[in-house]
Amino acid sequence: MSSVALTVNGRSHTLDVDPDTPLLYILSDDLELKGPKFGCGLGQCGACTVIVSGRAVRSCVTPVGSVGAADITTLEGLGTIDRPHPIQQAFIDEQAAQCGFCLNAVIMTAKAYIDQHPRPDDQEIERAMSGVLCRCFTHTRMLRAIRRYARGGAA
Amino acid sequence: MTPEAARALAREGFSRRDFLARSGALIVSFRASGLLERVLDAQGPFDTRASHVDPRQLDSWIAVAADGRVTAFTGKCELGQGMLTAQTQLVAEELSVPISRVHLVMCDTDVCPDQGTTSGSQSTPTNFNQGSLARAAATAREALVKLAAARLNLPADQLIAADGAVASRTDRTRRVLYGDLVAGRKLNLPLDGNAKRKPPGEWTVLGTPVPRLDMAAMATGAFEYVHNVRRPGMAHGAVVRPPSVGATVASVDEGSVRGVAGVLTVVVKGNFVGIVAEKPWQAMQAAAKLRVSWREAATLPAQASFYDHMRTRPSRDAFTVHSKDVDDKLRGAASTLTATYLHPFQMHGSMGSSCAVAEVAGGTVTVWSATQSAYPTRSGVARVLNVPVETVRVIFTRGSGCYGINGADTVSYDAALLSQAAGRPVRVQLSRKDEMAWENYGFPYVIDERVGIDASGAIVAWDTEAWFASLGGRPGYDAPGNVVTGMLAGFPTAPFRPGAAAEPSGEFRNGSNAAPSYVAGRVGARAGGTGTITNERVLTHTVASPFFTGPLRSPSRLQNTFAHESFMDEIAAHVKADPVEYRLRHLADDRLREVVSRAAKAAGWDTRPSPKSGSTRTGIVTGRGISAVAYEGDNGYVAMVAIVDVDQATGAITAKRLVVAQDCGPISNPDGMRNQVEGGALHGLSRALGEEVTWDDRRVTSVDWRTYHTLPLGFSIPAIETVLINRDDVRATGAGETAITVVAAAIGNAVFDATGVRLRQVPLTPGRVKAALALRA
Repeated sequence: MSSVALTVNGRSHTLDVDPDTPLLYILSDDLELKGPKFGCGLGQCGACTVIVSGRAVRSCVTPVGSVGAADITTLEGLGTIDRPHPIQQAFIDEQAAQCGFCLNAVIMTAKAYIDQHPRPDDQEIERAMSGVLCRCFTHTRMLRAIRRYARGGAA
Repeated sequence: MTPEAARALAREGFSRRDFLARSGALIVSFRASGLLERVLDAQGPFDTRASHVDPRQLDSWIAVAADGRVTAFTGKCELGQGMLTAQTQLVAEELSVPISRVHLVMCDTDVCPDQGTTSGSQSTPTNFNQGSLARAAATAREALVKLAAARLNLPADQLIAADGAVASRTDRTRRVLYGDLVAGRKLNLPLDGNAKRKPPGEWTVLGTPVPRLDMAAMATGAFEYVHNVRRPGMAHGAVVRPPSVGATVASVDEGSVRGVAGVLTVVVKGNFVGIVAEKPWQAMQAAAKLRVSWREAATLPAQASFYDHMRTRPSRDAFTVHSKDVDDKLRGAASTLTATYLHPFQMHGSMGSSCAVAEVAGGTVTVWSATQSAYPTRSGVARVLNVPVETVRVIFTRGSGCYGINGADTVSYDAALLSQAAGRPVRVQLSRKDEMAWENYGFPYVIDERVGIDASGAIVAWDTEAWFASLGGRPGYDAPGNVVTGMLAGFPTAPFRPGAAAEPSGEFRNGSNAAPSYVAGRVGARAGGTGTITNERVLTHTVASPFFTGPLRSPSRLQNTFAHESFMDEIAAHVKADPVEYRLRHLADDRLREVVSRAAKAAGWDTRPSPKSGSTRTGIVTGRGISAVAYEGDNGYVAMVAIVDVDQATGAITAKRLVVAQDCGPISNPDGMRNQVEGGALHGLSRALGEEVTWDDRRVTSVDWRTYHTLPLGFSIPAIETVLINRDDVRATGAGETAITVVAAAIGNAVFDATGVRLRQVPLTPGRVKAALALRA
């Protein structure tokens, strides 16, 4: 165990943890955040995605000790039920979910990509989302929501 | 009390006397009161049944608070398909209150009625027609009107319920609020079988595209899944599953984890092995480190010859229909056609591996579980822990989409066992491999099809003989050994019993779509099928499976429909008929005929026989195919037209366009239904094109997303067009399993249209396409 300092959604935390612990467990168990989720623990599905210094990172395979002082943003760090972030609003507008378990994967991966690649075309979006899974297969609506956000929120 | 009701009570640990004491003196026959809905196949109990929450009492379903807020208690839960929103709409509609004033409590065994399992496309039929929740809501509205009549001194027929109040129809200022009428007291009334539901024509909330009530919370990370449940003093568990199928524990070296940080206890019960630690990462590391010596052997049948293996096993046989003249008809036919279709084991493969939290303390047990079966899981946990069922409470808490029996039940047992041993609340989240290697897979099928055709090209006899493999399944109330944890902890898996087929009796039932839509379904004097072919035999052999199996979205219906709808296409091609026209020629059912016609029309169907003439033998070619089914014979009607590209160099199939026409009776929420159609279509596409459980001689080898192939978000997604047929003169039927059922055949038929090559084995992988193309004459 050792002392690890993290900045999550703009708040600083100092935790006494094994630095090899995957970041996901720190976020969901120590900090009790509900956005990042355990899907596979193998970096294969995206459920655990957080944004670290602007990049989408799979927190289930990222040791907490490797993150350093970088800013970590989770799904709840984007917006709230009353004031959703525009990408969250796009998913609400498109009713783009079934069980919702993969929403973290989809929204965080898409946001990080579009923030770095504004105005992507459909093929670029498909490529960016090619490592993200949804087993309810809400793909059609989710891609519509991502395109809506990429266009600045317009339908 | 009927024998069924008595048995249900006994199973729940109540004597009849207890039940009378708890529920008041009113005991009527449940069947006569219409509360018991039909149970199809062995998918699990779907019906509403006796428990300590008496389903015949209005107060068991609906409570009106003094401030006018309505709480509804349901035994059908949200699995991601919109049942939270749709059931809230139902209650708001029938009670004439705004949706914002209705709160739905789903599947908490302390307060909700027992509605068995949320599955089998039975939630809508059960709760949205004349029984259960719908009846309760209608009873409540009429009761409130009656109370208001007394309060306002007006006849009930001059009153109207609207916006949480009852008012005079002629003078809306003469009104009384629900909250004032009830003032938080119990209504203390039985459900009224004569209570009138609002006719669909008057609906203003139900039948409209109300946005999902949970959407904003899910999109912003505020939603609490079972994975997020945290209890004071909670520890974390991990399980150590056997390394191979059939392995048993020889010894466990607890010393191997002594000194590992955070480890609290090692738990061994029979072949169940688990670890409890302070933190989840510690539990997972300790589970990996724990030295367990297993007795194991190479016991599994070879996957390469598994379909042939199935045919040779002892079987339990059943006729769906048997007119006894099929062999004669086939001998006399102008021509005959035969084909065999193969479908693999597939998995639920939930996005989130299953999780549960259990708290065994002070003589009570509480389990937060994403189970589809709150009450059955309550009984199962009681058995696994050997505690009285009355001491167990299961609180349904949403999980990852399940599509049938994923790991939610088994992980509930895991958490309960570990909490009991550790004396602390324990949360267990399965690893990806634990989830995928040991879940209850969807059934593998071998289906032989045979028809006789007369000189005019019409089908005169249809013969289907199918084999499928099964083991375990839903635990129900009394068989925890039907899933892996219960089996490992020493509970028997439902034994396999071979047996000869009895002749069909009673009425024609096509709950598994074992019979094609084109047979008449004659049993005794009545023909209950959707087709015209009266010379008909459908025989199904169940054989023992090496792996646990259980209902996976459209169980058996999907596999059977792949065979029937592909074969129908083969027959049409054989007689050079258009596939749509040929289907309609053999269909008698108006609703099924209509979805076929509507899908074809919406797709701009090009009327001609398949395959398409003039396709080149190289490069990318395009084709169209159709497939249709009356789900479970009468629980939803759907047809799909698929337009696909086939790359003849790579064998890759790309679906370009899927056009779906669906009739599920009165639609509760059209946007929710579209969402189900879209999801079902793509889930079906994933299962048709890539999903297959694999194994070696000891163990399952498809244990993650590299080895089990699902279509990711970024694949080339077809355009999906949905035609919803909304009928208000029929019962509401299920809509979650319709579209998925027809996909594989629609795709295979389109591939045939494009290439002239018939694919008879799911998944339709590029390798299989190329192999078939290479054999093309």
